[in-house]
Amino acid sequence: MTTSTASLLPPDVSGSSGGRASDRGFRWLLRLVGVGLVALLIGIMAMLLLGSAKTWSTFGLSFLTGMVWDPSNDLYGAFPFIAGTIATSALAMSIAVPVGLLTAIFLSEIAPRRIALPLIFMVELIAAIPSVVIGLWGVGVLSVLLRDVIEVPFVDRFGDVPFFGASAYGSDLLAASLVLALMVTPTIVALTREVFANVPQLERDALVGLGGTRWETIRVVVLPAARSGFIGSCVLALGRAMGETMAVAMVIGNVDQVPSGLFEPAQTISSKVALSWGESTQGLETSSLIALGVVLMAVTVSTVVATRLMIRASRRSGMAA
Amino acid sequence: MTEALGAAASPLDITRRRDRRTNVDSVVTGLCTLATAGVVIVLGAIILFVLVAGLAGLTVQFLTRETEGYNAGGGLAAILGSLQMVPLALLIAAPLGILGGIYLAEASDGRVANAARFATETIAGLPSVLVGIFVFTILVAPFGQYSGGAGAVALAIIMLPIIARSVEEILRLVPPSVREAALALGIPWWRTVTSVILRTAAAGILTVVMLAVARAAGETAPLLLTTVGGDAVNIGDFQQPMDSLPAFIWFNSGQPDDTLNAQAWAASLVLLVFVLVVNLIVRSRSIGQRAA
Repeated sequence: MTTSTASLLPPDVSGSSGGRASDRGFRWLLRLVGVGLVALLIGIMAMLLLGSAKTWSTFGLSFLTGMVWDPSNDLYGAFPFIAGTIATSALAMSIAVPVGLLTAIFLSEIAPRRIALPLIFMVELIAAIPSVVIGLWGVGVLSVLLRDVIEVPFVDRFGDVPFFGASAYGSDLLAASLVLALMVTPTIVALTREVFANVPQLERDALVGLGGTRWETIRVVVLPAARSGFIGSCVLALGRAMGETMAVAMVIGNVDQVPSGLFEPAQTISSKVALSWGESTQGLETSSLIALGVVLMAVTVSTVVATRLMIRASRRSGMAA
Repeated sequence: MTEALGAAASPLDITRRRDRRTNVDSVVTGLCTLATAGVVIVLGAIILFVLVAGLAGLTVQFLTRETEGYNAGGGLAAILGSLQMVPLALLIAAPLGILGGIYLAEASDGRVANAARFATETIAGLPSVLVGIFVFTILVAPFGQYSGGAGAVALAIIMLPIIARSVEEILRLVPPSVREAALALGIPWWRTVTSVILRTAAAGILTVVMLAVARAAGETAPLLLTTVGGDAVNIGDFQQPMDSLPAFIWFNSGQPDDTLNAQAWAASLVLLVFVLVVNLIVRSRSIGQRAA
């Protein structure tokens, strides 16, 4: 792709000087929009930092480790929400990564094309469903199901088991993680399927010719070639999971505490921002909510950068192969 | 001893190992099928529940009454709010996004273009709640007023990178011969881009814009931070708050009231059908193109 870039541009306008005046004008218009995109990103970052300045000057970095969020005493700490974000994302990824990989293998390597095409459409459709709709289903169907079928019987029989907890309300860490897993699985499937498709058919045929089974072909040929692309898709999915707001806010139970068990309610960074926003629009509380946004931004921007680097690496290794 | 001897006998060994290998293969195939089935079943469960519960809540009251508290209200303000904010966002984001996409595809030279590409990717990856915070700090806090205009701008910022990135990809698919033919006829570069290349890519660009609209129509978090409190029907006054379908779902799902809960499902049904239809149209179109 990078090599073809130069040829897109007619030679007579490739320099900034020369060419027709109308061409130069159009070129400047385009450049203005390009600069505008950069300015937008810088603006978002700057306004978030500016808006949260009061919090950083009041609490410093201890904002990140503070355990208490108490507007009545103007005391704000982000740790419960950071922990909630890490816990929900980690649990969601531990479900979505294997399910996504297996689904991608099925759609790309196992299913006949006639079956695969509609299934691919359906899996990608999940990513298109608005998160508030998934949240409504989560709170109206999934949490009820979790509570009645799993949590209440479990707590009745075993009591308060460490890492599970005894709340059993259905709206908790488990529900939030499952909903998140569902929402990021299509991301993993779509990108992984794409890198699978780029593995040359000839290499697959070679292993089949050697007497390999389908799984051996996948393990020896497909998976190694798709490795960095797959990891890239997981990082991207992780970024989505950490930033997802509405669906999580609707099923996580919304209690400002460090998550203590699967059946206990918790709170994530983004769900805290969405829930507490309306309550105050100025002062240290708003500043602290924006500071939560800064934490989220730092995390997600680094995942974007990491994905970019990994996908670039996978393209390079793909070209070398 | 006999087992060890049996393992050493090569013909038997091969058959046994082949059995084990086929078994592993079947197990993996089974797991993959199971995972896919699980994902599809959950999708089916979501659509089914939204359909059943949504149809039950889709009453005349939902479609004709504004928000009025328990039992009485409806979703009219939300429907009309979404119908105004999403098109306004589209009006802002489509021209800028298409120009941005042209810039990234056509004039992609040097540091500015690289920075623009990085910025586009990064904004696309930002959680939408951050876009909400940003628009709040520039358009709500200074005026001390939540507004439909701020909501539309937030939606536009979400659509912008989606449109720009996809337009870039589509423009790169236009065969160079089209461009060269136009330039060889002496048509200026900007005319070549705007009338020849964009027209060749028009169907693809329309698809992208439709997907961006579908995405923006369901965005909730940015609207919660920029335009709350629009209970009454608001037509045309973008300086005042507007309600929206996603915000309507969010608020009513948490209310201890059966009518409002049912209406949240109804609003979900409206959104879901819209998203489904857009995706089906886009999908059938792209299959048609592949066949052609």
